[in-house]
Amino acid sequence: MPKKRVVLTFPPTLVSHPVTYHLVKDYDLMVNILRGVVTPNEESGLVVELSGAKHALEEGMKYLSETGIHVQPLGQDIKWHADKCTHCTACIPACPTKALTVDRESMEVSFEKDKCIACELCIQICPYRALEIQF
Amino acid sequence: MKVRAGCSRAAGSGQQIMHSYVESFMSKTIQEINEKIKKGSAVVVTAEEIIGIVHKKGAKRAAAEVDVVTTGTFGPMCSSGAYFNLGHTKPRIKIGGGTCTLNDVPCYTGFAAVDVILGATAMPDYDQRNAAYPGSFKYGGAHVIEELVAGKAVKLSATAYGTDCYPSKSVETMVYLADMNEAVLFDPRNCYQNYNVAVNCSDRVIYTYMGRLLPRIGNANYCSAGQLSPLLNDPLYKTIGIGTRIFLGGGQGYVSWQGTQHNPNVKRSGNGVPRMGAGTLAVMGDLKQMSPEWLRGASMTGYGVTLTVGIGVPIPILNEEIVQYTAVRDEEIFAQVIDYSKNYPEVIPGSVAEVNYAQLKSGSITLEGRQVPTGGLSSYVAAKKIAAILKQWIADKKFYLSEPVALLPSVDSGGSVKLMADRPVKK
Repeated sequence: MPKKRVVLTFPPTLVSHPVTYHLVKDYDLMVNILRGVVTPNEESGLVVELSGAKHALEEGMKYLSETGIHVQPLGQDIKWHADKCTHCTACIPACPTKALTVDRESMEVSFEKDKCIACELCIQICPYRALEIQF
Repeated sequence: MKVRAGCSRAAGSGQQIMHSYVESFMSKTIQEINEKIKKGSAVVVTAEEIIGIVHKKGAKRAAAEVDVVTTGTFGPMCSSGAYFNLGHTKPRIKIGGGTCTLNDVPCYTGFAAVDVILGATAMPDYDQRNAAYPGSFKYGGAHVIEELVAGKAVKLSATAYGTDCYPSKSVETMVYLADMNEAVLFDPRNCYQNYNVAVNCSDRVIYTYMGRLLPRIGNANYCSAGQLSPLLNDPLYKTIGIGTRIFLGGGQGYVSWQGTQHNPNVKRSGNGVPRMGAGTLAVMGDLKQMSPEWLRGASMTGYGVTLTVGIGVPIPILNEEIVQYTAVRDEEIFAQVIDYSKNYPEVIPGSVAEVNYAQLKSGSITLEGRQVPTGGLSSYVAAKKIAAILKQWIADKKFYLSEPVALLPSVDSGGSVKLMADRPVKK
């Protein structure tokens, strides 16, 4: 079944809008919430994995955009600044999806965007702010 | 100069001369090594490269052929700071006894008119600390030091009470490192010889200077460059002493004393290597020579601000014994796994387990019968780069070894690190 991992950014006016309900009910999509920050009267964000028929996915994405929700693919949201990374490896055990890994031969750290679910666990661990969330 | 991992010499008579040199080799002096550096004939290798050389050729031959082994480390150390002479204002101000901040981070002002000290862990008064637990500690003294070294302008604000000879009562200006008369990095303690591996045996997440530790031993964090670390390559302090010239923060600095909490009297392996935190170095050097690549402000969530400092120490290969020390491997260096939820804060002796650095660097260790992921705080990649830079400096005749003026207290020194006395205070 086709899947899409997306970051949804809600303007303050749409925070009370039941997006997941409509995605499930109207488009027959499976919605897996990976993480969310929802604050009344402020811009809020939701990271979701959507799965369903190809056509349903396309229609669902169209619905989100038309509602006024900013939709962007996941992976662009955690940025790894290679120049700031000291390769200390403190972040490695924190990463649940192994997006951050270390080559045990050279001890060099690398980041694979596609595996990142933007859980932000690494953000508070990196002492050098080499990992940045871009909601 | 040739810098190489191998030490092959020309065939024929040269080989015979080398052979008899190796046979008769007993020892060499730092002065002789410096002569070789000057002539371009010194053989310099890193603490990683020497392992294979000693393994392949034996200690006697390695000691005869190799002159210097370079080490490196790049880890956070809170006991870091810098002192500055800011230059006099017109009219003059006596900041001594007054207040002074750099980018809102308070400096210590208990000195003369324009001499101030900035500690790595200092932070602005408005920082919430752990009031919003866990605090993020985004900016502090360590970051000011990094920015100054990067050539950035920093806001200086100072107040004074005013005297007849120093009439000004306040000053506010933007300063650059280049403006200062003296700017000296001074770390009362750095370069820890081995360190604890931190775990959390409690049921809640804890935030420590060893990073975030997950409950029920969810992870284990370590902090040492292991086989590349300076004091693990000279475990009994036979060459490193007061006055030893070193790579410090990208410039050339010196060992100025043994570091605070220097504690040589701990459990050691047969190879002399301590199995827990032991010796330390106090180091200093001209901040104006240094680079932001090797002095990095670090924010430890829930704990505070600290400074990550690049240090590289050259080990002169004076004899067979010294080269044998430098050949130490990660699997021969052991560290204690300590519970930071109870034992560390409550100062209760005891370790959960003992592990070696080869295990730690593999990404997981076995504790209580299960695999626990490991994370580092000291960068091995950076340590390796520092050892390589120091090797290149020596090759380029930019760096000569210095004779230590005095060696550091070693295992025969007695003494230990004491806790603070708890006595009733006289009212």
